[in-house]
Amino acid sequence: MHELSICENIRGIIEDQARAQGFSRVDCVTLEIGRLSGVEVEALRFGFDVAMQGSIAAQARLDIVDLPATAWCMPCGAQIEIRQRYDGCPSCGSHQLQVTGGEELRIKSLEVN
Amino acid sequence: MCTVCGCGDAKVEQGHRHDHAHDHHHHHHDHGHGHAHLHHEHDHHHHHGADAALDYGAGPAGVSVPGMPQSRLIELERNILSKNDAYAASNRAIFSDHGILALNLVSSPGSGKTTLLCRTIEQMGDTAPVYVIEGDQQTSADADRIRATGAPAIQINTGKGCHLDAHMVGHAVEHLAPVNGAVLFIENVGNLVCPAAFDLGEAHKVAILSVTEGEDKPLKYPDMFAAADLMLLNKIDLLPHLDFDVHQAIANARKVNPRIRAIQVVRRTGEGRYG
Repeated sequence: MHELSICENIRGIIEDQARAQGFSRVDCVTLEIGRLSGVEVEALRFGFDVAMQGSIAAQARLDIVDLPATAWCMPCGAQIEIRQRYDGCPSCGSHQLQVTGGEELRIKSLEVN
Repeated sequence: MCTVCGCGDAKVEQGHRHDHAHDHHHHHHDHGHGHAHLHHEHDHHHHHGADAALDYGAGPAGVSVPGMPQSRLIELERNILSKNDAYAASNRAIFSDHGILALNLVSSPGSGKTTLLCRTIEQMGDTAPVYVIEGDQQTSADADRIRATGAPAIQINTGKGCHLDAHMVGHAVEHLAPVNGAVLFIENVGNLVCPAAFDLGEAHKVAILSVTEGEDKPLKYPDMFAAADLMLLNKIDLLPHLDFDVHQAIANARKVNPRIRAIQVVRRTGEGRYG
Protein backbone atom coordinates (compact mmCIF):
# COMPACT_ATOMS: atom_id res chain seq x y z
CA MET A 1 0.00 0.00 0.00
CA HIS A 2 2.50 2.62 -1.04
CA GLU A 3 0.07 4.04 -3.59
CA LEU A 4 -0.55 7.11 -1.42
CA SER A 5 3.15 7.96 -1.29
CA ILE A 6 3.31 7.43 -5.05
CA CYS A 7 0.48 9.95 -5.39
CA GLU A 8 2.34 12.38 -3.13
CA ASN A 9 5.32 12.02 -5.48
CA ILE A 10 3.02 12.79 -8.41
CA ARG A 11 1.78 15.91 -6.63
CA GLY A 12 5.37 17.00 -5.97
CA ILE A 13 6.29 16.61 -9.64
CA ILE A 14 3.16 18.53 -10.72
CA GLU A 15 3.95 21.39 -8.34
CA ASP A 16 7.57 21.55 -9.54
CA GLN A 17 6.39 21.60 -13.15
CA ALA A 18 3.78 24.29 -12.40
CA ARG A 19 6.52 26.56 -11.09
CA ALA A 20 8.86 25.79 -13.97
CA GLN A 21 6.31 26.00 -16.76
CA GLY A 22 3.88 28.52 -15.35
CA PHE A 23 0.54 26.79 -15.31
CA SER A 24 -2.11 27.11 -12.65
CA ARG A 25 -4.49 24.24 -13.24
CA VAL A 26 -4.14 20.61 -14.27
CA ASP A 27 -7.09 19.12 -16.14
CA CYS A 28 -5.73 15.67 -16.82
CA VAL A 29 -2.86 13.54 -15.56
CA THR A 30 -1.86 10.60 -17.74
CA LEU A 31 0.18 7.85 -16.09
CA GLU A 32 1.84 4.81 -17.60
CA ILE A 33 1.69 1.91 -15.17
CA GLY A 34 3.28 -1.42 -16.00
CA ARG A 35 1.60 -4.63 -14.86
CA LEU A 36 4.68 -5.55 -12.81
CA SER A 37 5.11 -2.16 -11.17
CA GLY A 38 3.60 -3.41 -7.93
CA VAL A 39 0.91 -0.75 -8.01
CA GLU A 40 -2.75 -1.50 -7.52
CA VAL A 41 -4.60 0.77 -9.92
CA GLU A 42 -7.78 1.09 -7.83
CA ALA A 43 -5.73 2.04 -4.75
CA LEU A 44 -3.83 4.51 -6.90
CA ARG A 45 -7.07 6.15 -8.05
CA PHE A 46 -8.24 6.44 -4.47
CA GLY A 47 -4.86 7.80 -3.35
CA PHE A 48 -4.82 10.26 -6.23
CA ASP A 49 -8.05 11.92 -5.15
CA VAL A 50 -6.82 12.18 -1.57
CA ALA A 51 -3.32 13.41 -2.42
CA MET A 52 -4.47 16.05 -4.93
CA GLN A 53 -6.95 17.73 -2.56
CA GLY A 54 -6.18 21.43 -2.23
CA SER A 55 -3.69 21.32 -5.11
CA ILE A 56 -3.87 22.70 -8.64
CA ALA A 57 -4.73 19.16 -9.73
CA ALA A 58 -7.68 18.78 -7.33
CA GLN A 59 -10.13 18.56 -10.23
CA ALA A 60 -7.87 16.67 -12.59
CA ARG A 61 -8.98 13.58 -14.43
CA LEU A 62 -6.69 10.58 -14.01
CA ASP A 63 -5.97 8.53 -17.13
CA ILE A 64 -3.99 5.36 -16.68
CA VAL A 65 -2.28 3.64 -19.58
CA ASP A 66 -1.84 -0.01 -18.69
CA LEU A 67 1.45 -1.36 -20.06
CA PRO A 68 1.87 -5.11 -20.62
CA ALA A 69 4.44 -7.27 -18.89
CA THR A 70 6.91 -8.67 -21.37
CA ALA A 71 9.87 -10.97 -20.99
CA TRP A 72 12.63 -12.67 -22.93
CA CYS A 73 13.02 -16.39 -22.38
CA MET A 74 16.70 -17.10 -21.83
CA PRO A 75 16.69 -20.80 -22.85
CA CYS A 76 14.55 -20.55 -26.03
CA GLY A 77 14.93 -16.88 -26.92
CA ALA A 78 11.17 -16.21 -27.27
CA GLN A 79 9.79 -12.71 -26.66
CA ILE A 80 6.69 -13.32 -24.58
CA GLU A 81 3.97 -11.54 -22.69
CA ILE A 82 3.47 -12.68 -19.10
CA ARG A 83 0.75 -12.04 -16.56
CA GLN A 84 2.74 -12.59 -13.39
CA ARG A 85 6.39 -12.76 -12.49
CA TYR A 86 6.19 -16.49 -11.82
CA ASP A 87 4.72 -17.39 -15.21
CA GLY A 88 6.63 -19.85 -17.35
CA CYS A 89 7.47 -19.45 -21.03
CA PRO A 90 4.47 -20.56 -23.14
CA SER A 91 6.87 -22.03 -25.73
CA CYS A 92 9.28 -24.07 -23.60
CA GLY A 93 7.92 -23.85 -20.03
CA SER A 94 11.11 -22.38 -18.58
CA HIS A 95 11.04 -19.87 -15.72
CA GLN A 96 14.42 -18.43 -16.74
CA LEU A 97 12.83 -15.20 -17.90
CA GLN A 98 14.34 -11.76 -18.22
CA VAL A 99 11.60 -9.19 -17.71
CA THR A 100 11.81 -6.58 -20.49
CA GLY A 101 8.71 -4.47 -19.83
CA GLY A 102 5.96 -3.90 -17.31
CA GLU A 103 7.86 -2.22 -14.47
CA GLU A 104 7.05 1.32 -15.66
CA LEU A 105 5.75 3.87 -13.20
CA ARG A 106 5.70 7.14 -15.10
CA ILE A 107 3.81 10.38 -15.55
CA LYS A 108 3.36 10.41 -19.31
CA SER A 109 1.79 13.83 -19.72
CA LEU A 110 -0.14 16.63 -18.08
CA GLU A 111 -2.96 18.58 -19.69
CA VAL A 112 -2.75 22.00 -18.15
CA ASN A 113 -4.18 25.47 -18.26
CA MET B 1 7.89 26.65 -22.33
CA CYS B 2 9.58 28.44 -25.17
CA THR B 3 11.37 26.43 -27.81
CA VAL B 4 12.94 29.51 -29.35
CA CYS B 5 14.87 30.95 -26.45
CA GLY B 6 14.64 28.05 -24.01
CA CYS B 7 12.91 29.94 -21.21
CA GLY B 8 11.26 27.38 -18.94
CA ASP B 9 13.08 24.09 -18.54
CA ALA B 10 10.83 21.62 -20.32
CA LYS B 11 9.48 21.45 -23.77
CA VAL B 12 5.85 22.05 -24.50
CA GLU B 13 4.80 19.68 -27.22
CA GLN B 14 1.44 21.08 -28.23
CA GLY B 15 0.10 24.53 -28.13
CA HIS B 16 1.37 27.82 -26.86
CA ARG B 17 -0.02 29.77 -24.05
CA HIS B 18 -1.95 32.96 -24.51
CA ASP B 19 -2.39 33.87 -20.94
CA HIS B 20 -3.28 37.19 -19.45
CA ALA B 21 -2.60 36.31 -15.87
CA HIS B 22 1.16 36.13 -15.70
CA ASP B 23 3.96 38.61 -15.80
CA HIS B 24 4.90 40.24 -19.02
CA HIS B 25 6.93 37.88 -21.11
CA HIS B 26 7.83 38.92 -24.58
CA HIS B 27 10.70 38.08 -26.83
CA HIS B 28 12.91 40.72 -28.24
CA HIS B 29 14.58 38.59 -30.85
CA ASP B 30 15.81 40.62 -33.77
CA HIS B 31 13.36 40.28 -36.59
CA GLY B 32 14.54 43.27 -38.52
CA HIS B 33 11.21 45.06 -38.17
CA GLY B 34 12.80 48.26 -37.14
CA HIS B 35 10.44 48.82 -34.22
CA ALA B 36 10.59 48.03 -30.57
CA HIS B 37 7.99 46.14 -28.58
CA LEU B 38 7.25 48.71 -25.96
CA HIS B 39 3.53 49.06 -26.14
CA HIS B 40 2.19 45.85 -24.64
CA GLU B 41 0.03 46.55 -21.64
CA HIS B 42 -1.16 43.00 -21.22
CA ASP B 43 0.72 39.75 -21.27
CA HIS B 44 1.64 37.51 -24.09
CA HIS B 45 3.51 34.39 -24.69
CA HIS B 46 3.61 33.80 -28.36
CA HIS B 47 6.16 33.36 -31.07
CA HIS B 48 7.37 35.49 -33.90
CA GLY B 49 7.97 33.10 -36.75
CA ALA B 50 10.36 33.78 -39.61
CA ASP B 51 7.56 35.63 -41.39
CA ALA B 52 6.78 37.59 -38.23
CA ALA B 53 3.44 35.79 -37.79
CA LEU B 54 2.00 35.52 -34.31
CA ASP B 55 0.61 32.04 -34.01
CA TYR B 56 -2.24 31.75 -31.56
CA GLY B 57 -3.86 28.85 -33.33
CA ALA B 58 -1.37 26.16 -32.46
CA GLY B 59 -3.26 24.93 -29.37
CA PRO B 60 -5.28 21.72 -29.44
CA ALA B 61 -8.44 23.67 -30.22
CA GLY B 62 -6.77 25.34 -33.21
CA VAL B 63 -8.37 28.67 -32.36
CA SER B 64 -7.84 31.49 -29.95
CA VAL B 65 -10.63 33.08 -27.93
CA PRO B 66 -9.69 36.27 -26.08
CA GLY B 67 -9.72 35.67 -22.33
CA MET B 68 -10.03 31.94 -22.79
CA PRO B 69 -6.74 30.19 -22.11
CA GLN B 70 -5.96 27.23 -24.31
CA SER B 71 -5.16 24.02 -22.57
CA ARG B 72 -1.86 22.47 -23.49
CA LEU B 73 -0.32 19.10 -23.17
CA ILE B 74 3.02 18.72 -21.47
CA GLU B 75 4.81 15.49 -22.33
CA LEU B 76 6.75 14.60 -19.21
CA GLU B 77 7.72 10.91 -19.43
CA ARG B 78 8.91 11.33 -15.86
CA ASN B 79 9.48 8.42 -13.53
CA ILE B 80 7.13 8.96 -10.58
CA LEU B 81 9.80 7.88 -8.11
CA SER B 82 12.50 9.96 -9.79
CA LYS B 83 13.00 12.03 -6.65
CA ASN B 84 13.63 8.92 -4.58
CA ASP B 85 15.88 7.54 -7.30
CA ALA B 86 17.96 10.72 -7.26
CA TYR B 87 18.44 10.47 -3.49
CA ALA B 88 19.29 6.78 -3.91
CA ALA B 89 21.93 7.63 -6.52
CA SER B 90 23.42 10.17 -4.15
CA ASN B 91 23.52 7.61 -1.31
CA ARG B 92 25.11 5.07 -3.64
CA ALA B 93 27.81 7.57 -4.62
CA ILE B 94 28.58 8.23 -0.95
CA PHE B 95 28.79 4.48 -0.23
CA SER B 96 31.03 3.97 -3.23
CA ASP B 97 33.34 6.88 -2.33
CA HIS B 98 33.82 5.53 1.18
CA GLY B 99 33.99 1.83 0.35
CA ILE B 100 30.84 1.13 2.35
CA LEU B 101 28.84 -2.03 1.65
CA ALA B 102 25.15 -1.22 2.21
CA LEU B 103 22.61 -4.04 2.41
CA ASN B 104 18.86 -3.49 2.54
CA LEU B 105 17.20 -6.23 4.60
CA VAL B 106 13.56 -6.79 3.70
CA SER B 107 11.00 -9.25 5.01
CA SER B 108 7.59 -9.56 6.59
CA PRO B 109 7.33 -8.69 10.30
CA GLY B 110 8.57 -11.45 12.57
CA SER B 111 10.92 -13.19 10.14
CA GLY B 112 13.77 -12.80 12.61
CA LYS B 113 15.63 -9.95 10.91
CA THR B 114 16.79 -8.22 14.07
CA THR B 115 17.87 -11.43 15.83
CA LEU B 116 19.75 -12.48 12.71
CA LEU B 117 21.38 -9.07 12.52
CA CYS B 118 22.49 -9.21 16.16
CA ARG B 119 24.03 -12.65 15.58
CA THR B 120 25.72 -11.46 12.40
CA ILE B 121 27.26 -8.46 14.16
CA GLU B 122 28.54 -10.68 16.98
CA GLN B 123 30.05 -13.18 14.54
CA MET B 124 31.62 -10.49 12.37
CA GLY B 125 33.65 -9.39 15.38
CA ASP B 126 36.41 -7.10 14.12
CA THR B 127 36.12 -8.12 10.45
CA ALA B 128 34.67 -4.73 9.52
CA PRO B 129 33.04 -1.83 11.36
CA VAL B 130 29.27 -2.37 11.34
CA TYR B 131 26.53 0.27 11.38
CA VAL B 132 22.80 -0.28 11.40
CA ILE B 133 19.81 1.76 10.28
CA GLU B 134 16.60 0.41 11.79
CA GLY B 135 13.26 1.14 10.17
CA ASP B 136 10.02 0.63 12.06
CA GLN B 137 6.74 2.45 12.27
CA GLN B 138 7.14 2.99 16.02
CA THR B 139 9.53 2.40 18.96
CA SER B 140 13.30 2.31 19.16
CA ALA B 141 13.29 -1.26 20.52
CA ASP B 142 15.22 -2.70 17.58
CA ALA B 143 17.92 -0.03 17.58
CA ASP B 144 18.32 -0.65 21.33
CA ARG B 145 18.84 -4.36 20.65
CA ILE B 146 21.47 -3.58 18.02
CA ARG B 147 23.28 -1.08 20.22
CA ALA B 148 23.52 -3.79 22.90
CA THR B 149 25.86 -5.62 20.51
CA GLY B 150 28.13 -2.58 20.43
CA ALA B 151 27.32 -1.49 16.85
CA PRO B 152 26.22 2.11 16.29
CA ALA B 153 22.56 2.14 15.28
CA ILE B 154 20.00 4.76 14.41
CA GLN B 155 16.26 4.23 14.47
CA ILE B 156 14.01 5.71 11.81
CA ASN B 157 10.36 5.75 12.80
CA THR B 158 8.28 6.04 9.66
CA GLY B 159 5.08 6.81 11.57
CA LYS B 160 2.34 5.64 9.25
CA GLY B 161 4.81 5.05 6.42
CA CYS B 162 5.17 1.50 5.19
CA HIS B 163 8.74 1.68 3.89
CA LEU B 164 12.04 3.51 4.18
CA ASP B 165 12.90 5.89 1.36
CA ALA B 166 16.27 7.05 0.11
CA HIS B 167 15.89 10.52 1.62
CA MET B 168 15.38 9.11 5.15
CA VAL B 169 18.38 6.82 4.69
CA GLY B 170 20.56 9.70 3.46
CA HIS B 171 19.79 11.63 6.68
CA ALA B 172 20.42 8.56 8.82
CA VAL B 173 23.80 8.04 7.13
CA GLU B 174 24.73 11.66 7.92
CA HIS B 175 23.95 11.05 11.59
CA LEU B 176 25.72 7.70 11.74
CA ALA B 177 28.80 8.95 9.84
CA PRO B 178 30.13 5.45 9.06
CA VAL B 179 33.90 5.12 8.62
CA ASN B 180 35.49 4.04 5.35
CA GLY B 181 35.21 0.34 4.62
CA ALA B 182 32.21 -0.16 6.90
CA VAL B 183 29.29 -2.54 6.44
CA LEU B 184 25.93 -0.79 6.73
CA PHE B 185 22.86 -2.89 7.37
CA ILE B 186 19.56 -1.18 6.66
CA GLU B 187 16.74 -3.09 8.30
CA ASN B 188 13.67 -2.02 6.40
CA VAL B 189 10.14 -1.83 7.79
CA GLY B 190 8.71 -5.35 8.10
CA ASN B 191 6.64 -5.41 4.92
CA LEU B 192 7.00 -7.63 1.89
CA VAL B 193 5.24 -5.23 -0.47
CA CYS B 194 6.20 -1.56 -0.45
CA PRO B 195 9.97 -1.60 0.22
CA ALA B 196 10.42 -3.45 -3.09
CA ALA B 197 9.72 -0.25 -5.01
CA PHE B 198 12.10 2.05 -3.15
CA ASP B 199 15.78 2.01 -4.01
CA LEU B 200 17.77 3.21 -0.99
CA GLY B 201 21.15 3.20 -2.74
CA GLU B 202 22.02 -0.22 -1.36
CA ALA B 203 24.35 -2.71 -3.07
CA HIS B 204 21.83 -5.52 -2.65
CA LYS B 205 18.41 -6.19 -1.25
CA VAL B 206 18.38 -9.26 0.96
CA ALA B 207 14.99 -10.92 1.47
CA ILE B 208 14.54 -12.92 4.65
CA LEU B 209 11.93 -15.65 4.68
CA SER B 210 11.42 -17.67 7.83
CA VAL B 211 10.30 -21.26 7.46
CA THR B 212 7.25 -20.57 9.65
CA GLU B 213 5.81 -18.43 6.85
CA GLY B 214 5.10 -20.90 4.06
CA GLU B 215 7.07 -21.83 0.96
CA ASP B 216 4.62 -20.05 -1.39
CA LYS B 217 5.53 -16.58 -0.13
CA PRO B 218 7.84 -15.78 -3.07
CA LEU B 219 4.87 -16.38 -5.39
CA LYS B 220 2.47 -14.37 -3.24
CA TYR B 221 4.86 -11.41 -2.94
CA PRO B 222 6.85 -11.71 -6.16
CA ASP B 223 8.01 -8.10 -6.43
CA MET B 224 10.16 -8.33 -3.33
CA PHE B 225 11.81 -11.58 -4.37
CA ALA B 226 12.33 -10.20 -7.86
CA ALA B 227 14.07 -7.13 -6.39
CA ALA B 228 16.33 -9.14 -4.03
CA ASP B 229 19.67 -10.69 -4.96
CA LEU B 230 19.84 -12.97 -1.95
CA MET B 231 17.23 -14.87 0.05
CA LEU B 232 17.94 -16.01 3.60
CA LEU B 233 15.76 -18.93 4.68
CA ASN B 234 15.68 -18.31 8.39
CA LYS B 235 14.87 -20.47 11.43
CA ILE B 236 15.59 -23.78 9.67
CA ASP B 237 16.18 -25.32 13.12
CA LEU B 238 12.36 -25.32 13.35
CA LEU B 239 11.95 -27.49 10.23
CA PRO B 240 11.33 -30.74 12.18
CA HIS B 241 8.17 -29.15 13.61
CA LEU B 242 6.82 -27.81 10.31
CA ASP B 243 5.65 -28.93 6.88
CA PHE B 244 7.91 -26.48 5.12
CA ASP B 245 9.48 -27.66 1.85
CA VAL B 246 12.86 -25.92 1.58
CA HIS B 247 13.47 -26.97 -2.03
CA GLN B 248 10.03 -25.78 -3.09
CA ALA B 249 10.58 -22.43 -1.38
CA ILE B 250 13.86 -21.91 -3.25
CA ALA B 251 12.29 -23.12 -6.52
CA ASN B 252 9.43 -20.64 -6.04
CA ALA B 253 11.86 -17.79 -5.44
CA ARG B 254 13.74 -18.73 -8.62
CA LYS B 255 10.50 -18.75 -10.60
CA VAL B 256 10.18 -15.02 -9.94
CA ASN B 257 13.91 -14.35 -9.99
CA PRO B 258 16.14 -16.92 -11.72
CA ARG B 259 19.26 -15.22 -10.36
CA ILE B 260 18.39 -15.14 -6.66
CA ARG B 261 20.82 -16.93 -4.37
CA ALA B 262 19.71 -18.65 -1.19
CA ILE B 263 21.32 -19.34 2.17
CA GLN B 264 19.65 -21.44 4.86
CA VAL B 265 20.23 -20.06 8.32
CA VAL B 266 19.87 -21.43 11.83
CA ARG B 267 18.70 -18.33 13.61
CA ARG B 268 19.84 -19.22 17.10
CA THR B 269 23.37 -20.28 16.25
CA GLY B 270 23.88 -18.14 13.18
CA GLU B 271 25.06 -21.23 11.29
CA GLY B 272 24.30 -21.14 7.58
CA ARG B 273 24.60 -23.12 4.37
CA TYR B 274 24.12 -22.37 0.70
CA GLY B 275 21.33 -23.74 -1.45
